[in-house]
Amino acid sequence: MEHLEFRFPGRPGLVWKAEGKLVGVVGSGNLEVLIEPADLKGDCLATISTSIVGFGETWRQVLTDFMERHTLSDIRISINDGGATPAVVSLRLDQAVADYLGAAQ
Amino acid sequence: MSGSYLEASARNRILGLLDPGSFVEFLGPTARVTSPHLPELDMPVAFDDGVAVGEGKIGGRTVLIAAQEGKFMGGAVGEVHGAKLTGLLERAIDIKPSAVLLLFDTGGVRLQEANAGLIAVGEIQRAVLAARHAGVPVIALVGGRNGCYGGTSIVARTCDWIIGSEEGRLSISGPEVIETVEGAEEFDSQDRALVWRTMGVKHRRLIGDIDRVVADDIDAFRAAAQDYFGKSRPLALDALNAEQEFLASRLKRFEDCRDAREIWARLGVNESGRVPDLNPDEFENLASSCAVRRP
Repeated sequence: MEHLEFRFPGRPGLVWKAEGKLVGVVGSGNLEVLIEPADLKGDCLATISTSIVGFGETWRQVLTDFMERHTLSDIRISINDGGATPAVVSLRLDQAVADYLGAAQ
Repeated sequence: MSGSYLEASARNRILGLLDPGSFVEFLGPTARVTSPHLPELDMPVAFDDGVAVGEGKIGGRTVLIAAQEGKFMGGAVGEVHGAKLTGLLERAIDIKPSAVLLLFDTGGVRLQEANAGLIAVGEIQRAVLAARHAGVPVIALVGGRNGCYGGTSIVARTCDWIIGSEEGRLSISGPEVIETVEGAEEFDSQDRALVWRTMGVKHRRLIGDIDRVVADDIDAFRAAAQDYFGKSRPLALDALNAEQEFLASRLKRFEDCRDAREIWARLGVNESGRVPDLNPDEFENLASSCAVRRP
């Protein structure tokens, strides 16, 4: 297992408040993403536990792209990963945001 | 919510069965109560340990409900997963809901958690009996891709009622386990027709192991479950003795049968080869006249 943590400066704008949302399931080539509000002084925090070791840079790039696609702040994202490909990770992250924002409306 | 029960995730099965907006989850993913064993084995955990439990309403009546997520470790029962199910059943004794619904989708005990998982299954079974003893009907729903196998199948048979869709299977040992132990001549796990007619819910219904076969549809499961609200099977000693006698006489009646189709023919099913093709309504008509009746 490898445990990674990335902190991104948030992009203040809309303030969304909703209950935490879970999408996906931990399994071979799949992952679960838990997204929830957190007091991070405007930042966003992503923590990852993955069964595949040595892809920290890929995770950083996928999460950087994700943060650029959305306007998020004070959000904590927690991931349990069973070896998902970057494309699957991106889709799950977008699904989590869609669920989260949907619940906040 | 209409839609395939088979294809839905654990939480979506719950949300589809319950009245809209009524679900309150206990120990949900944000509580992060996860397996203490999997990290020791360098394996990823799930934030809900593969089961969602909580309270809600069906047709305005309060129920407790649990759904195993079959895609996490095959829905297998670990220590935390089991404790969530046990806790839910113990809560039933306190609040006396109209029913407890257990949505099984599982291969049984999580082997990685070995003894803790086995103990958990024993605790769940004891809690099912305690809830039933308190007068709360416990209903098992079997319609997920993993079926209901291993120790969890024993738990299911401890419930008052079992409802299944044709995709569901109920058995102690899975097809591959039997093939490994007894050989492919005895049981070919790749022969899906053999697997389904031996372990599938239609066979289970015909020999009196389960109570209802429904379509693979969340609405159909909800309608069938509601029929059992407030209805308990007797749990006194004479009822258990009668059940034991029933099982012994059933074994004697069919012990020379080499295939489920022989059992069906002996039960008076015409054209037993057509059983797999019958839709749930046609099949229930057949079962109501031919199926073995448990006491």
